Amino acid sequence: MIAFRDVAVRYLARAEPALHGVSLTALRGRLTALVGPNGSGKSTLVRALVGRVPLASGTISVDGEPVRSETRRLMARRVAIVTQREDPAFAIGVRDYVALGRYPHLGLWRAAGTSDHAAIDRAVQLTEIGALLERPITELSGGEWQRVRLARAIAQGGDAIVLDEPTTFLDIGHEMAIFELLIALAKEGHAVLLVSHQLNLVARFADEIVLLHRGRIAAAGAPGDVMQASILERVYEWPLVVTWDPTLGAPALIPLRAPSRGEHTS
Amino acid sequence: MRASRWAGLIVLLAIVGVAGVMLGTLPLTPSQVLAGLLGTGDHTEVAVVRMFRLPRVVVAALVGAGLGAAGAALQGATRNVLAEPYLLGVSGGAAVGAVLAVAWHAPAVIVPIAGFGGALGAVALTLLVARAAGGRADARIVLMAGVVVGAFANAAIMVTLANAPANIVRNAVWWMMGSVADATWAQARWLSVYVIVGVAVLFVLARAIDVLALGEDTAAGLGVNVGAVSLAVYVAAALLAAGTVAAAGLIGFIGLLVPHLVRMAGARTHRAIIVGASLAGAALVVASDLIARVARPPAELPLGAVTAIIGVPFFLARLRRLA
Repeated sequence: MIAFRDVAVRYLARAEPALHGVSLTALRGRLTALVGPNGSGKSTLVRALVGRVPLASGTISVDGEPVRSETRRLMARRVAIVTQREDPAFAIGVRDYVALGRYPHLGLWRAAGTSDHAAIDRAVQLTEIGALLERPITELSGGEWQRVRLARAIAQGGDAIVLDEPTTFLDIGHEMAIFELLIALAKEGHAVLLVSHQLNLVARFADEIVLLHRGRIAAAGAPGDVMQASILERVYEWPLVVTWDPTLGAPALIPLRAPSRGEHTS
Repeated sequence: MRASRWAGLIVLLAIVGVAGVMLGTLPLTPSQVLAGLLGTGDHTEVAVVRMFRLPRVVVAALVGAGLGAAGAALQGATRNVLAEPYLLGVSGGAAVGAVLAVAWHAPAVIVPIAGFGGALGAVALTLLVARAAGGRADARIVLMAGVVVGAFANAAIMVTLANAPANIVRNAVWWMMGSVADATWAQARWLSVYVIVGVAVLFVLARAIDVLALGEDTAAGLGVNVGAVSLAVYVAAALLAAGTVAAAGLIGFIGLLVPHLVRMAGARTHRAIIVGASLAGAALVVASDLIARVARPPAELPLGAVTAIIGVPFFLARLRRLA
Protein backbone atom coordinates (compact mmCIF):
# COMPACT_ATOMS: atom_id res chain seq x y z
CA MET A 1 0.00 0.00 0.00
CA ILE A 2 1.32 3.41 -0.98
CA ALA A 3 -0.20 6.37 0.84
CA PHE A 4 0.32 10.04 0.02
CA ARG A 5 -0.90 12.34 2.84
CA ASP A 6 -1.28 16.08 2.20
CA VAL A 7 1.74 16.04 -0.09
CA ALA A 8 2.83 19.50 -1.20
CA VAL A 9 5.73 20.13 -3.59
CA ARG A 10 7.06 23.47 -4.68
CA TYR A 11 9.58 23.90 -7.51
CA LEU A 12 12.07 26.72 -7.02
CA ALA A 13 11.48 28.38 -10.37
CA ARG A 14 7.68 28.42 -10.15
CA ALA A 15 5.45 30.66 -8.08
CA GLU A 16 2.59 28.16 -7.82
CA PRO A 17 3.26 24.92 -5.93
CA ALA A 18 3.24 21.85 -8.20
CA LEU A 19 1.19 19.92 -5.63
CA HIS A 20 -1.08 21.46 -2.97
CA GLY A 21 -1.70 18.90 -0.28
CA VAL A 22 -2.58 15.83 -2.33
CA SER A 23 -3.79 12.71 -0.49
CA LEU A 24 -4.35 9.40 -2.18
CA THR A 25 -3.89 5.73 -1.41
CA ALA A 26 -2.99 2.92 -3.77
CA LEU A 27 -4.27 -0.26 -2.15
CA ARG A 28 -3.08 -3.80 -2.73
CA GLY A 29 -5.16 -5.80 -5.16
CA ARG A 30 -6.36 -2.68 -6.96
CA LEU A 31 -5.44 -0.71 -10.04
CA THR A 32 -5.46 2.94 -9.07
CA ALA A 33 -5.21 5.36 -11.98
CA LEU A 34 -3.83 8.86 -11.70
CA VAL A 35 -5.07 11.07 -14.54
CA GLY A 36 -5.10 14.76 -15.34
CA PRO A 37 -3.91 17.27 -17.93
CA ASN A 38 -0.25 17.86 -18.73
CA GLY A 39 1.42 19.71 -15.88
CA SER A 40 -1.26 18.79 -13.35
CA GLY A 41 1.34 17.22 -11.04
CA LYS A 42 1.11 13.51 -11.87
CA SER A 43 4.80 12.97 -12.57
CA THR A 44 5.76 15.23 -9.68
CA LEU A 45 3.91 12.86 -7.37
CA VAL A 46 5.93 9.93 -8.76
CA ARG A 47 9.19 11.88 -8.46
CA ALA A 48 8.32 12.78 -4.87
CA LEU A 49 7.83 9.09 -4.11
CA VAL A 50 11.44 8.32 -5.17
CA GLY A 51 12.79 11.38 -3.40
CA ARG A 52 13.78 13.27 -6.54
CA VAL A 53 11.83 16.33 -5.42
CA PRO A 54 11.67 17.39 -1.76
CA LEU A 55 8.32 17.58 0.00
CA ALA A 56 7.29 21.04 1.20
CA SER A 57 4.88 19.29 3.57
CA GLY A 58 3.01 16.02 3.97
CA THR A 59 4.19 12.43 4.12
CA ILE A 60 4.51 9.47 1.79
CA SER A 61 4.41 6.03 3.33
CA VAL A 62 4.69 2.50 2.05
CA ASP A 63 2.87 -0.16 4.09
CA GLY A 64 2.57 2.36 6.90
CA GLU A 65 6.27 3.21 7.03
CA PRO A 66 7.25 6.73 6.04
CA VAL A 67 9.58 6.99 3.06
CA ARG A 68 12.95 8.44 4.05
CA SER A 69 16.18 8.76 2.16
CA GLU A 70 17.97 6.32 4.51
CA THR A 71 15.49 3.57 3.77
CA ARG A 72 15.33 4.09 0.02
CA ARG A 73 16.73 0.66 -0.80
CA LEU A 74 14.33 -1.05 1.59
CA MET A 75 11.49 0.85 -0.07
CA ALA A 76 12.70 -0.23 -3.50
CA ARG A 77 12.20 -3.85 -2.41
CA ARG A 78 8.50 -3.10 -1.91
CA VAL A 79 7.72 -0.55 -4.59
CA ALA A 80 8.96 -0.70 -8.18
CA ILE A 81 8.80 2.39 -10.32
CA VAL A 82 8.69 2.67 -14.10
CA THR A 83 9.38 6.31 -14.80
CA GLN A 84 7.92 8.23 -17.71
CA ARG A 85 11.18 8.52 -19.58
CA GLU A 86 14.21 6.33 -19.31
CA ASP A 87 17.12 6.85 -21.59
CA PRO A 88 19.89 4.39 -20.74
CA ALA A 89 23.30 5.72 -21.70
CA PHE A 90 24.72 2.38 -22.83
CA ALA A 91 23.62 -0.68 -24.77
CA ILE A 92 23.33 -3.08 -21.83
CA GLY A 93 21.78 -6.46 -22.66
CA VAL A 94 18.12 -7.21 -21.84
CA ARG A 95 19.11 -10.02 -19.45
CA ASP A 96 21.47 -7.76 -17.49
CA TYR A 97 18.93 -4.96 -17.56
CA VAL A 98 16.16 -7.07 -16.02
CA ALA A 99 18.66 -8.38 -13.46
CA LEU A 100 19.27 -4.78 -12.29
CA GLY A 101 15.76 -5.02 -10.85
CA ARG A 102 17.37 -7.09 -8.11
CA TYR A 103 19.69 -4.23 -7.10
CA PRO A 104 17.60 -3.29 -4.03
CA HIS A 105 18.09 -6.84 -2.73
CA LEU A 106 21.72 -7.32 -3.75
CA GLY A 107 23.32 -3.92 -3.24
CA LEU A 108 26.94 -3.61 -4.27
CA TRP A 109 28.27 -6.82 -2.81
CA ARG A 110 25.87 -9.78 -2.75
CA ALA A 111 25.87 -12.24 -5.62
CA ALA A 112 22.51 -13.25 -7.12
CA GLY A 113 21.02 -16.35 -5.46
CA THR A 114 18.13 -18.69 -6.25
CA SER A 115 15.43 -16.27 -5.08
CA ASP A 116 16.89 -13.59 -7.36
CA HIS A 117 16.98 -15.90 -10.37
CA ALA A 118 13.43 -17.06 -9.62
CA ALA A 119 12.17 -13.45 -9.49
CA ILE A 120 13.89 -12.65 -12.77
CA ASP A 121 12.54 -15.79 -14.48
CA ARG A 122 9.01 -15.02 -13.32
CA ALA A 123 9.22 -11.44 -14.57
CA VAL A 124 10.52 -12.63 -17.94
CA GLN A 125 7.67 -15.14 -18.18
CA LEU A 126 4.91 -12.69 -17.20
CA THR A 127 6.06 -10.07 -19.69
CA GLU A 128 6.87 -12.67 -22.38
CA ILE A 129 10.30 -11.26 -23.19
CA GLY A 130 12.14 -14.59 -23.23
CA ALA A 131 13.04 -14.17 -26.89
CA LEU A 132 14.62 -10.75 -26.27
CA LEU A 133 17.07 -11.67 -23.51
CA GLU A 134 20.20 -11.68 -25.64
CA ARG A 135 19.43 -8.40 -27.40
CA PRO A 136 20.89 -5.04 -26.34
CA ILE A 137 18.20 -2.70 -25.01
CA THR A 138 19.06 -0.14 -27.69
CA GLU A 139 17.78 -2.53 -30.36
CA LEU A 140 14.23 -2.99 -29.08
CA SER A 141 11.02 -1.60 -30.53
CA GLY A 142 8.95 0.76 -28.38
CA GLY A 143 6.60 -2.02 -27.30
CA GLU A 144 9.43 -4.43 -26.50
CA TRP A 145 11.25 -1.77 -24.50
CA GLN A 146 8.19 -1.03 -22.36
CA ARG A 147 7.70 -4.75 -21.70
CA VAL A 148 11.37 -5.10 -20.75
CA ARG A 149 11.08 -2.13 -18.38
CA LEU A 150 8.02 -3.70 -16.82
CA ALA A 151 9.93 -6.97 -16.43
CA ARG A 152 12.69 -5.11 -14.59
CA ALA A 153 10.08 -3.60 -12.25
CA ILE A 154 8.38 -6.97 -11.64
CA ALA A 155 11.78 -8.56 -10.96
CA GLN A 156 12.17 -6.09 -8.09
CA GLY A 157 9.77 -8.42 -6.33
CA GLY A 158 7.75 -5.92 -4.33
CA ASP A 159 3.98 -5.92 -4.08
CA ALA A 160 3.53 -2.36 -5.33
CA ILE A 161 4.31 -0.96 -8.75
CA VAL A 162 4.06 2.61 -9.99
CA LEU A 163 4.04 3.33 -13.71
CA ASP A 164 4.22 6.78 -15.29
CA GLU A 165 2.55 6.63 -18.70
CA PRO A 166 3.87 3.19 -19.65
CA THR A 167 1.91 3.03 -22.91
CA THR A 168 3.04 6.29 -24.52
CA PHE A 169 4.11 5.63 -28.13
CA LEU A 170 2.56 2.14 -28.14
CA ASP A 171 0.09 0.87 -30.72
CA ILE A 172 -3.31 -0.51 -29.68
CA GLY A 173 -2.20 -4.12 -29.36
CA HIS A 174 0.89 -3.36 -27.31
CA GLU A 175 -1.03 -0.88 -25.17
CA MET A 176 -3.76 -3.41 -24.41
CA ALA A 177 -1.17 -6.06 -23.59
CA ILE A 178 0.35 -3.74 -20.97
CA PHE A 179 -3.07 -2.97 -19.47
CA GLU A 180 -3.94 -6.67 -19.30
CA LEU A 181 -0.65 -7.33 -17.55
CA LEU A 182 -1.29 -4.56 -15.02
CA ILE A 183 -4.76 -5.96 -14.30
CA ALA A 184 -3.24 -9.40 -13.80
CA LEU A 185 -0.69 -7.94 -11.36
CA ALA A 186 -3.44 -6.18 -9.41
CA LYS A 187 -5.50 -9.42 -9.29
CA GLU A 188 -2.42 -11.17 -7.92
CA GLY A 189 -2.44 -8.73 -5.02
CA HIS A 190 -0.13 -5.96 -6.20
CA ALA A 191 -0.93 -2.33 -5.52
CA VAL A 192 -0.74 -0.83 -9.02
CA LEU A 193 -0.60 2.95 -9.37
CA LEU A 194 -0.84 3.96 -13.01
CA VAL A 195 -0.31 7.46 -14.37
CA SER A 196 -2.06 7.62 -17.72
CA HIS A 197 -3.62 9.89 -20.34
CA GLN A 198 -5.75 7.05 -21.70
CA LEU A 199 -9.00 7.96 -19.98
CA ASN A 200 -11.10 5.43 -21.85
CA LEU A 201 -8.79 2.52 -21.05
CA VAL A 202 -8.44 3.65 -17.47
CA ALA A 203 -12.25 3.90 -17.20
CA ARG A 204 -12.48 0.24 -18.23
CA PHE A 205 -9.64 -1.20 -16.22
CA ALA A 206 -9.08 0.89 -13.09
CA ASP A 207 -10.71 0.21 -9.74
CA GLU A 208 -10.26 3.82 -8.75
CA ILE A 209 -9.45 6.98 -10.67
CA VAL A 210 -7.82 10.04 -9.13
CA LEU A 211 -8.11 13.16 -11.29
CA LEU A 212 -5.46 15.83 -10.67
CA HIS A 213 -5.90 19.43 -11.74
CA ARG A 214 -3.29 22.12 -11.10
CA GLY A 215 -1.77 20.22 -8.21
CA ARG A 216 -5.08 19.45 -6.50
CA ILE A 217 -7.41 16.47 -6.62
CA ALA A 218 -10.40 17.50 -8.75
CA ALA A 219 -12.24 14.20 -8.36
CA ALA A 220 -11.54 10.70 -7.05
CA GLY A 221 -13.51 7.50 -6.89
CA ALA A 222 -14.89 4.73 -9.06
CA PRO A 223 -14.60 5.31 -12.84
CA GLY A 224 -18.30 6.19 -13.10
CA ASP A 225 -17.90 8.95 -10.51
CA VAL A 226 -14.91 10.61 -12.09
CA MET A 227 -15.85 10.18 -15.75
CA GLN A 228 -18.40 12.99 -15.69
CA ALA A 229 -18.47 15.38 -18.63
CA SER A 230 -18.94 18.40 -16.38
CA ILE A 231 -15.85 17.58 -14.32
CA LEU A 232 -13.65 16.56 -17.24
CA GLU A 233 -14.61 19.55 -19.40
CA ARG A 234 -13.60 21.90 -16.61
CA VAL A 235 -10.32 20.13 -15.92
CA TYR A 236 -9.22 19.53 -19.52
CA GLU A 237 -10.69 22.83 -20.75
CA TRP A 238 -12.08 21.17 -23.84
CA PRO A 239 -15.63 20.34 -24.92
CA LEU A 240 -16.41 16.63 -24.63
CA VAL A 241 -19.18 14.15 -24.04
CA VAL A 242 -19.17 11.04 -21.87
CA THR A 243 -21.40 8.18 -22.98
CA TRP A 244 -21.99 4.73 -21.55
CA ASP A 245 -20.61 2.03 -23.76
CA PRO A 246 -22.96 -0.95 -23.23
CA THR A 247 -20.69 -3.51 -24.93
CA LEU A 248 -17.83 -2.65 -22.60
CA GLY A 249 -19.96 -1.74 -19.63
CA ALA A 250 -17.83 1.32 -19.05
CA PRO A 251 -18.04 5.07 -19.56
CA ALA A 252 -16.48 6.32 -22.79
CA LEU A 253 -15.21 9.82 -23.40
CA ILE A 254 -15.40 11.50 -26.78
CA PRO A 255 -13.67 14.85 -27.20
CA LEU A 256 -15.56 17.26 -29.50
CA ARG A 257 -14.21 19.65 -32.12
CA ALA A 258 -13.36 23.14 -30.97
CA PRO A 259 -16.46 25.18 -31.92
CA SER A 260 -14.75 28.11 -33.68
CA ARG A 261 -12.09 26.07 -35.49
CA GLY A 262 -14.49 23.28 -36.43
CA GLU A 263 -16.79 25.56 -38.41
CA HIS A 264 -14.05 26.69 -40.76
CA THR A 265 -12.06 23.57 -41.45
CA SER A 266 -14.52 20.72 -41.66
CA MET B 1 32.23 -9.88 -23.18
CA ARG B 2 33.05 -13.39 -24.46
CA ALA B 3 35.72 -15.46 -22.75
CA SER B 4 37.82 -15.54 -25.94
CA ARG B 5 37.98 -11.74 -25.94
CA TRP B 6 39.06 -11.66 -22.29
CA ALA B 7 41.78 -14.17 -23.12
CA GLY B 8 42.79 -12.09 -26.14
CA LEU B 9 43.05 -8.98 -24.01
CA ILE B 10 45.29 -10.70 -21.46
CA VAL B 11 47.46 -12.19 -24.21
CA LEU B 12 47.73 -8.77 -25.83
CA LEU B 13 48.84 -7.20 -22.55
CA ALA B 14 51.42 -9.99 -22.09
CA ILE B 15 52.74 -9.52 -25.64
CA VAL B 16 53.18 -5.76 -25.38
CA GLY B 17 54.66 -6.23 -21.91
CA VAL B 18 57.32 -8.67 -23.20
CA ALA B 19 57.95 -6.47 -26.24
CA GLY B 20 58.31 -3.49 -23.91
CA VAL B 21 61.14 -5.24 -22.10
CA MET B 22 62.79 -6.54 -25.30
CA LEU B 23 62.83 -3.43 -27.45
CA GLY B 24 64.66 -0.16 -27.02
CA THR B 25 68.04 1.40 -27.70
CA LEU B 26 69.58 -1.96 -26.81
CA PRO B 27 67.34 -4.66 -28.32
CA LEU B 28 67.25 -7.93 -26.39
CA THR B 29 66.21 -11.43 -27.46
CA PRO B 30 63.61 -13.32 -25.39
CA SER B 31 66.35 -15.52 -23.92
CA GLN B 32 68.36 -12.43 -22.94
CA VAL B 33 65.25 -11.01 -21.27
CA LEU B 34 64.77 -14.25 -19.36
CA ALA B 35 68.45 -14.29 -18.36
CA GLY B 36 68.14 -10.68 -17.28
CA LEU B 37 65.06 -11.44 -15.20
CA LEU B 38 66.74 -14.41 -13.52
CA GLY B 39 69.96 -12.44 -13.06
CA THR B 40 72.02 -14.95 -15.02
CA GLY B 41 72.82 -12.75 -18.05
CA ASP B 42 75.68 -10.29 -18.37
CA HIS B 43 75.63 -7.21 -16.16
CA THR B 44 74.36 -4.82 -18.80
CA GLU B 45 71.42 -7.06 -19.70
CA VAL B 46 70.50 -7.65 -16.07
CA ALA B 47 70.65 -3.90 -15.37
CA VAL B 48 68.66 -2.96 -18.47
CA VAL B 49 65.95 -5.52 -17.80
CA ARG B 50 65.70 -5.23 -14.05
CA MET B 51 66.43 -1.59 -13.38
CA PHE B 52 65.09 0.20 -16.45
CA ARG B 53 62.75 -1.67 -18.73
CA LEU B 54 60.75 -3.79 -16.33
CA PRO B 55 59.84 -1.00 -13.88
CA ARG B 56 59.07 1.18 -16.87
CA VAL B 57 56.68 -1.39 -18.34
CA VAL B 58 55.08 -1.97 -14.93
CA VAL B 59 54.55 1.76 -14.28
CA ALA B 60 53.19 2.26 -17.81
CA ALA B 61 50.76 -0.64 -17.29
CA LEU B 62 49.63 0.71 -13.91
CA VAL B 63 49.11 4.22 -15.30
CA GLY B 64 47.07 2.81 -18.18
CA ALA B 65 45.04 0.57 -15.88
CA GLY B 66 44.23 3.46 -13.57
CA LEU B 67 43.26 5.87 -16.34
CA GLY B 68 41.20 3.23 -18.17
CA ALA B 69 39.23 2.20 -15.08
CA ALA B 70 38.70 5.81 -13.97
CA GLY B 71 37.45 6.77 -17.42
CA ALA B 72 35.11 3.77 -17.60
CA ALA B 73 33.57 4.48 -14.20
CA LEU B 74 33.19 8.17 -14.93
CA GLN B 75 31.58 7.68 -18.32
CA GLY B 76 29.09 5.31 -16.71
CA ALA B 77 28.23 7.48 -13.72
CA THR B 78 27.92 10.67 -15.77
CA ARG B 79 26.11 8.85 -18.62
CA ASN B 80 28.44 10.75 -20.90
CA VAL B 81 30.70 8.96 -23.38
CA LEU B 82 32.91 12.06 -23.62
CA ALA B 83 33.66 12.13 -19.90
CA GLU B 84 37.16 11.30 -18.74
CA PRO B 85 38.96 11.72 -15.42
CA TYR B 86 41.04 14.67 -16.64
CA LEU B 87 37.82 16.61 -17.18
CA LEU B 88 37.22 16.86 -13.45
CA GLY B 89 40.11 19.29 -13.18
CA VAL B 90 42.69 16.53 -12.60
CA SER B 91 44.94 17.43 -15.53
CA GLY B 92 44.80 21.20 -15.10
CA GLY B 93 45.34 21.06 -11.35
CA ALA B 94 48.19 18.58 -11.65
CA ALA B 95 49.85 20.75 -14.28
CA VAL B 96 49.57 23.86 -12.08
CA GLY B 97 51.11 22.02 -9.13
CA ALA B 98 53.96 20.62 -11.20
CA VAL B 99 54.64 23.85 -13.07
CA LEU B 100 54.77 25.83 -9.82
CA ALA B 101 57.17 23.26 -8.37
CA VAL B 102 59.39 23.53 -11.46
CA ALA B 103 59.19 27.34 -11.50
CA TRP B 104 60.22 27.52 -7.83
CA HIS B 105 63.19 25.21 -8.51
CA ALA B 106 61.83 22.48 -6.26
CA PRO B 107 63.84 19.23 -6.26
CA ALA B 108 62.77 16.74 -8.94
CA VAL B 109 61.20 14.41 -6.35
CA ILE B 110 58.82 17.18 -5.27
CA VAL B 111 57.39 17.74 -8.77
CA PRO B 112 55.10 14.67 -8.88
CA ILE B 113 53.96 15.30 -5.31
CA ALA B 114 53.12 18.89 -6.23
CA GLY B 115 51.28 17.57 -9.28
CA PHE B 116 49.28 15.19 -7.12
CA GLY B 117 48.47 17.97 -4.67
CA GLY B 118 47.43 20.27 -7.51
CA ALA B 119 45.17 17.56 -8.92
CA LEU B 120 43.49 16.99 -5.55
CA GLY B 121 43.03 20.73 -5.07
CA ALA B 122 41.48 21.11 -8.51
CA VAL B 123 39.11 18.17 -8.00
CA ALA B 124 38.01 19.63 -4.67
CA LEU B 125 37.52 22.99 -6.37
CA THR B 126 35.51 21.38 -9.19
CA LEU B 127 33.17 19.66 -6.72
CA LEU B 128 32.84 22.86 -4.67
CA VAL B 129 32.02 24.91 -7.76
CA ALA B 130 29.43 22.30 -8.77
CA ARG B 131 27.98 22.34 -5.29
CA ALA B 132 27.83 26.14 -5.18
CA ALA B 133 26.01 25.99 -8.53
CA GLY B 134 23.48 23.71 -6.86
CA GLY B 135 24.41 20.44 -8.55
CA ARG B 136 26.79 18.47 -6.38
CA ALA B 137 25.86 15.20 -8.06
CA ASP B 138 24.44 16.51 -11.32
CA ALA B 139 26.78 15.08 -13.95
CA ARG B 140 26.40 17.96 -16.39
CA ILE B 141 27.14 20.59 -13.76
CA VAL B 142 30.12 18.65 -12.38
CA LEU B 143 31.61 18.26 -15.87
CA MET B 144 31.07 21.95 -16.66
CA ALA B 145 32.62 22.92 -13.34
CA GLY B 146 35.61 20.74 -14.28
CA VAL B 147 35.94 22.55 -17.61
CA VAL B 148 35.87 25.93 -15.82
CA VAL B 149 38.49 24.85 -13.26
CA GLY B 150 40.61 23.46 -16.11
CA ALA B 151 40.43 26.77 -17.98
CA PHE B 152 41.43 28.61 -14.82
CA ALA B 153 44.35 26.21 -14.34
CA ASN B 154 45.50 26.85 -17.92
CA ALA B 155 45.46 30.57 -17.27
CA ALA B 156 47.49 30.05 -14.10
CA ILE B 157 50.05 27.99 -16.02
CA MET B 158 50.40 30.62 -18.73
CA VAL B 159 50.85 33.39 -16.16
CA THR B 160 53.48 31.33 -14.34
CA LEU B 161 55.40 30.43 -17.49
CA ALA B 162 55.06 33.79 -19.30
CA ASN B 163 58.16 35.30 -17.72
CA ALA B 164 59.94 32.09 -16.71
CA PRO B 165 63.44 31.27 -18.03
CA ALA B 166 63.60 28.93 -21.04
CA ASN B 167 64.89 25.88 -19.12
CA ILE B 168 62.00 26.07 -16.66
CA VAL B 169 59.47 26.36 -19.48
CA ARG B 170 61.06 23.34 -21.13
CA ASN B 171 61.00 21.23 -17.95
CA ALA B 172 57.41 22.18 -17.23
CA VAL B 173 56.26 21.45 -20.76
CA TRP B 174 58.05 18.08 -20.69
CA TRP B 175 56.31 17.13 -17.52
CA MET B 176 52.96 18.09 -19.01
CA MET B 177 53.60 15.86 -22.04
CA GLY B 178 53.80 12.78 -19.84
CA SER B 179 56.51 10.12 -19.63
CA VAL B 180 57.40 6.93 -17.83
CA ALA B 181 61.10 7.17 -18.79
CA ASP B 182 62.19 7.71 -15.18
CA ALA B 183 60.14 4.88 -13.70
CA THR B 184 61.64 3.17 -10.65
CA TRP B 185 60.67 0.15 -8.60
CA ALA B 186 59.81 2.41 -5.69
CA GLN B 187 57.38 4.23 -7.92
CA ALA B 188 55.97 0.96 -9.24
CA ARG B 189 55.40 -0.26 -5.67
CA TRP B 190 53.36 2.69 -4.37
CA LEU B 191 51.56 3.08 -7.67
CA SER B 192 50.57 -0.61 -7.69
CA VAL B 193 48.98 -0.34 -4.24
CA TYR B 194 47.26 2.88 -5.24
CA VAL B 195 45.92 1.59 -8.57
CA ILE B 196 44.81 -1.79 -7.20
CA VAL B 197 42.89 -0.13 -4.36
CA GLY B 198 41.40 2.48 -6.72
CA VAL B 199 40.30 -0.04 -9.33
CA ALA B 200 38.89 -2.28 -6.58
CA VAL B 201 36.81 0.60 -5.20
CA LEU B 202 35.43 1.35 -8.66
CA PHE B 203 34.77 -2.37 -9.22
CA VAL B 204 32.69 -2.46 -6.03
CA LEU B 205 30.76 0.61 -7.19
CA ALA B 206 30.24 -0.93 -10.64
CA ARG B 207 26.78 -2.34 -9.97
CA ALA B 208 25.53 1.03 -8.75
CA ILE B 209 27.09 2.59 -11.86
CA ASP B 210 25.04 0.19 -14.01
CA VAL B 211 21.92 1.48 -12.27
CA LEU B 212 23.02 5.14 -12.50
CA ALA B 213 23.57 4.71 -16.24
CA LEU B 214 19.81 4.08 -16.59
CA GLY B 215 19.12 7.66 -15.53
CA GLU B 216 18.76 9.37 -12.18
CA ASP B 217 15.02 8.87 -11.66
CA THR B 218 15.18 5.15 -12.44
CA ALA B 219 18.28 4.80 -10.25
CA ALA B 220 16.49 6.51 -7.35
CA GLY B 221 13.53 4.16 -7.88
CA LEU B 222 15.90 1.20 -7.58
CA GLY B 223 17.12 2.48 -4.23
CA VAL B 224 20.43 4.02 -5.31
CA ASN B 225 21.39 7.15 -3.40
CA VAL B 226 22.20 9.05 -6.60
CA GLY B 227 24.08 11.90 -4.95
CA ALA B 228 26.26 9.77 -2.70
CA VAL B 229 27.14 7.16 -5.33
CA SER B 230 27.91 9.77 -8.00
CA LEU B 231 30.16 11.64 -5.60
CA ALA B 232 31.94 8.43 -4.59
CA VAL B 233 32.63 7.62 -8.26
CA TYR B 234 33.86 11.15 -9.02
CA VAL B 235 36.21 11.19 -6.05
CA ALA B 236 37.53 7.65 -6.61
CA ALA B 237 38.08 8.23 -10.34
CA ALA B 238 39.73 11.61 -9.77
CA LEU B 239 42.04 10.24 -7.05
CA LEU B 240 42.99 7.34 -9.28
CA ALA B 241 43.78 9.66 -12.18
CA ALA B 242 45.68 12.03 -9.89
CA GLY B 243 47.90 9.16 -8.75
CA THR B 244 48.75 8.25 -12.33
CA VAL B 245 49.49 11.90 -13.07
CA ALA B 246 51.90 12.04 -10.16
CA ALA B 247 53.73 9.00 -11.57
CA ALA B 248 53.81 9.84 -15.25
CA GLY B 249 52.50 13.35 -15.92
CA LEU B 250 49.63 13.96 -18.30
CA ILE B 251 48.76 11.11 -20.65
CA GLY B 252 45.71 12.06 -22.62
CA PHE B 253 43.05 10.05 -24.44
CA ILE B 254 43.43 6.81 -22.44
CA GLY B 255 40.60 7.56 -20.03
CA LEU B 256 38.43 8.75 -22.88
CA LEU B 257 39.22 6.12 -25.50
CA VAL B 258 39.71 2.82 -23.67
CA PRO B 259 36.16 2.49 -22.28
CA HIS B 260 34.85 2.85 -25.84
CA LEU B 261 37.14 0.06 -27.06
CA VAL B 262 36.02 -2.23 -24.26
CA ARG B 263 32.35 -1.57 -24.88
CA MET B 264 32.89 -2.14 -28.60
CA ALA B 265 34.47 -5.49 -27.71
CA GLY B 266 31.19 -6.45 -26.06
CA ALA B 267 31.53 -5.54 -22.37
CA ARG B 268 28.09 -4.45 -21.18
CA THR B 269 27.99 -4.23 -17.38
CA HIS B 270 30.37 -1.95 -15.55
CA ARG B 271 32.16 -4.70 -13.65
CA ALA B 272 33.29 -6.05 -17.02
CA ILE B 273 33.83 -2.60 -18.49
CA ILE B 274 36.01 -1.45 -15.57
CA VAL B 275 38.16 -4.59 -15.48
CA GLY B 276 38.38 -4.63 -19.29
CA ALA B 277 39.33 -0.95 -19.37
CA SER B 278 42.10 -1.59 -16.82
CA LEU B 279 43.60 -4.34 -18.97
CA ALA B 280 43.14 -2.48 -22.26
CA GLY B 281 44.43 0.78 -20.76
CA ALA B 282 47.50 -1.02 -19.46
CA ALA B 283 48.17 -2.60 -22.86
CA LEU B 284 47.66 0.68 -24.70
CA VAL B 285 50.01 2.73 -22.49
CA VAL B 286 52.72 0.03 -22.55
CA ALA B 287 52.43 -0.12 -26.36
CA SER B 288 52.47 3.68 -26.62
CA ASP B 289 55.55 3.90 -24.43
CA LEU B 290 57.21 1.30 -26.65
CA ILE B 291 56.45 3.43 -29.69
CA ALA B 292 57.72 6.51 -27.86
CA ARG B 293 61.05 4.74 -27.33
CA VAL B 294 61.62 3.08 -30.70
CA ALA B 295 60.02 5.51 -33.17
CA ARG B 296 62.92 7.98 -33.43
CA PRO B 297 65.93 6.54 -31.60
CA PRO B 298 67.83 7.70 -29.68
CA ALA B 299 65.34 10.50 -29.02
CA GLU B 300 62.16 9.69 -27.07
CA LEU B 301 58.78 11.00 -28.08
CA PRO B 302 56.54 12.37 -25.33
CA LEU B 303 54.24 9.55 -24.20
CA GLY B 304 51.19 11.84 -23.99
CA ALA B 305 51.71 12.81 -27.63
CA VAL B 306 51.92 9.16 -28.72
CA THR B 307 48.70 8.21 -26.93
CA ALA B 308 46.98 11.19 -28.54
CA ILE B 309 48.31 10.28 -32.00
CA ILE B 310 47.00 6.71 -31.54
CA GLY B 311 43.80 7.91 -29.90
CA VAL B 312 42.67 10.45 -32.45
CA PRO B 313 42.14 8.11 -35.44
CA PHE B 314 40.47 5.52 -33.17
CA PHE B 315 38.17 8.16 -31.89
CA LEU B 316 37.39 9.49 -35.36
CA ALA B 317 36.45 5.98 -36.46
CA ARG B 318 34.24 5.68 -33.38
CA LEU B 319 32.56 9.01 -34.20
CA ARG B 320 31.80 7.76 -37.70
CA ARG B 321 30.10 4.73 -36.20
CA LEU B 322 28.05 6.91 -33.88
CA ALA B 323 27.03 9.35 -36.62
